[in-house]
Amino acid sequence: MNWFYFSSPSTFYGLAGRLAPWFFALAAVTAAWGLYLGLLVAPTDAQQGEVYRVIFIHVPTAWMSMFLYFVMACYCALTLIFNTRLSAMMARAIAPTGALFTALALWTGSFWGKPTWGTYWVWDARLTSELVLLFLYFGFIALSNAFEDPRRGDRAAALLAIIGVVNLPIIYFSVQWWNTLHQGSSVSFKGTSMHVTMLTGMLVMSFSAWMYAAGAALVRVRSIILERERRAQWVRDLRGA
Amino acid sequence: MHWSSWDAFWAMGGHAFFVWMSFGALFLAIAVELVLLRLRRNRALGSIEEERELEAEN
Repeated sequence: MNWFYFSSPSTFYGLAGRLAPWFFALAAVTAAWGLYLGLLVAPTDAQQGEVYRVIFIHVPTAWMSMFLYFVMACYCALTLIFNTRLSAMMARAIAPTGALFTALALWTGSFWGKPTWGTYWVWDARLTSELVLLFLYFGFIALSNAFEDPRRGDRAAALLAIIGVVNLPIIYFSVQWWNTLHQGSSVSFKGTSMHVTMLTGMLVMSFSAWMYAAGAALVRVRSIILERERRAQWVRDLRGA
Repeated sequence: MHWSSWDAFWAMGGHAFFVWMSFGALFLAIAVELVLLRLRRNRALGSIEEERELEAEN
C-alpha cells in the first residue's frame, strides 16, 4: 500500500467527498442521543441545579477547541518537515472550526459562570489561556492569508501554530497550577466524580462534536483544494464537480 | 424522563436564560458554519467554471 496515495490533493478530494456525509450523519445521530440524555434524562445537579446542563456543550466544545488545535499543529509539522501541500490545506481547513469551538467554549462558559460564580468573565488562568487559544486561531488564519504566495502563508502560519502548542498544557493544567475560579476537571485519566448519565451524555456529545468537526474540515478542504488547484488539469476535468 | 412537564423543561429551574443562550448559540453557530461552507464551495465551483470559459474562448 502506498501511504502517500491520499496525500495528493487530487485523490484526497474524492476521498473527502465520500467520507464527509458519513461524519455528518454520525454527528447528527450522536447529537440527538447526547441532547436527549443531557437535556431530558440526566438528573438535576445537587449543587448547581439545572444550569449545570450547559456542561453537555461546554465541555465538548472546550475539549474540541484544544484537540483541533493539536491536530492542526500536527498537520503544520508535516507541512514544515515534508513540505506537503495537502497537510497545509488540512490545517487551513481545521482552523475556522477550531476557532468556532473555542468561541463557543468561552461563550457557554460565560453563561454558565454568571449564575454559578456571579460573573460572566474573570481574568483567571483557565479563561485567559482559552482566550489566548482563540487569538492563536485568529492569528493562524490571518497569517496564512497574509501572503501573495499561499505556500509562504502555509509555512509562516505553520510555524505560529507549532509555537502556540505550548498554550495547550497551560490551558489543561491551569486549574491545578493556579488557584482559579474555574472548577477542576470532573473527568480525568484517573476516573470521574460524575453521575453515569451525566458522564455518558457528555462523552456522547463530545463524540458528536468530533465527528462534526471532521465533516466540516473535510468539506472545507475540498473547497480549498479547488481554490488552490483550479488551474490544474484534473480540476478542469471534473464534471459537475 | 427527568421532567414533569414541558413548561418545567423550558424553565430550566429558573435558569432558562443562561441554558438557552448557551444551547441557542451552539445551534446558531453550527447553522452559520454549514451555510458558509456551502457558499465557499459554490464560489470555488464558480471560479472553476470561469477558468473553463476563459480557456474555451482562447
